[in-house]
Amino acid sequence: MIQLKNISKHFGKLKALDNVSTICERSECIALIGPNGCGKTTLIKSILGMVVPDSGSITFNGNNILSHWKYREDIGYMPQMGRYPDNMTIGQVLEMMKDIRGKSEGLDEDLIKAFSVQSLLNKRMGTLSGGTIQKVSAALAFLFNPSVLILDEPTAGLDPVASELFKEKILAERDKGKLVLITSHILSDLDDLVTRIIYMQDGKLVFHKSIEELRQDTGEERLVKSIAQVMISNYE
Amino acid sequence: MNKIIKYVITDILRNRIVLIYTVFLLAASFSVFSLEDNSSKGLLSLLNIILIVVPLVSIIFSTIYMYNSAEFIELLVSQPLKRNTIWLSLFTGLASSLSIAFLIGAGIPVLIYQANLVGFTMIMTGVLLSIIFAAISFLATVQTRDKAKGIGAAIMLWLYFSLLFDGLILFLLFQFADYPMENAMIALSALNPIDLSRILILLQLDVSAMMGYTGAVFKEFFGANNGLIFSFFVLLSWIVIPVWYSTRKFNSKDL
Repeated sequence: MIQLKNISKHFGKLKALDNVSTICERSECIALIGPNGCGKTTLIKSILGMVVPDSGSITFNGNNILSHWKYREDIGYMPQMGRYPDNMTIGQVLEMMKDIRGKSEGLDEDLIKAFSVQSLLNKRMGTLSGGTIQKVSAALAFLFNPSVLILDEPTAGLDPVASELFKEKILAERDKGKLVLITSHILSDLDDLVTRIIYMQDGKLVFHKSIEELRQDTGEERLVKSIAQVMISNYE
Repeated sequence: MNKIIKYVITDILRNRIVLIYTVFLLAASFSVFSLEDNSSKGLLSLLNIILIVVPLVSIIFSTIYMYNSAEFIELLVSQPLKRNTIWLSLFTGLASSLSIAFLIGAGIPVLIYQANLVGFTMIMTGVLLSIIFAAISFLATVQTRDKAKGIGAAIMLWLYFSLLFDGLILFLLFQFADYPMENAMIALSALNPIDLSRILILLQLDVSAMMGYTGAVFKEFFGANNGLIFSFFVLLSWIVIPVWYSTRKFNSKDL
């Protein structure tokens, strides 16, 4: 579904992505894992077209994303830190997104209901807490029923109840045949969600394995421990 | 595209600064016209106010607005929209709201007191200046992520166009006083949209004392009509070139 070929990206001297190639297929929930600054967010932003790679190509359903900007209709993106115009209310942001996407039917409002966003519609984005902004971002990512969900640190600011609701939603969407790309440092959150792991370090893709393979290779049952083992062996 | 333009315009027209700008222009133009007994004299005084204020407000306001919309732009880029569309819509929205503010603030009084060709040219140059300086501010914002740097650059650009440029011209004139400078002056004046706007209006007013060196050379070289057409096209390219360049830059910018 999404194919990355030899993606490289520099920010000044820093090599954010170094020759990354991989393929992501539908019905998978793929976790992007790696230490801070290993290029996870840059990789996600390249897929979204927010960062333009120096070299390499990204295809989405066989089309190069550089020439087919419409592919973003199929992507729901939840940023690490959602930033919205301060003087717009939640209601206005939701309306504007519907307006821009030109979609007002067949919307998936499960998360809006689950997070009871409706009661906050008149609040200005500038006055919201970090957690509430995360809820709005999450609701927006799922709203248009996209076939790919890209979630950057989704559970970081959410309270435990919201976080559980959110995980249930991700599972449901994965089982519907969607591709979910997720980055997180809270590995315990990922344990029962993900089916594959991409491990990155210093901009390089170290491995891309299914979770069973990882368990076999490391001999650990839980994701937290197996990743910890990988990280320690790669740490330096 | 229209949707984004609509959001930008409604957002800006509610902005208090734009409101104050409009009211200031209204107050300035009405007082200037009622102070002078001859309304074409009033037009001249208004010209000097417009040539200073319009570029200043346009460039500073646009720059700050673009930096404050960084989040909004980021949000839009992750949506199924072309980057060209986003950038050009932002520009169109910003330029048209500044033009609307100018049309209300200065356009109405000019039409009341001087509804003739000169008044009309004046309104047109004011609108062009608003658009040109919005375009120049887009150059500044696309170049740097740093808000302080960007606004500093915008202020420097304004200083250059409205003050430093004249000084440079004078300096060149004195340095090369022994050589024929007329044609070179025309080329040089094309480098400054404010100077060009002044010439554009003064060519019609026929007040040689106000024309300055470049204006006189202009009249000599082109005659009034050709000079008008020439300066109009140069002003247009002052819009097209910055917008084209900043769009190109924005297309490959990392957000």
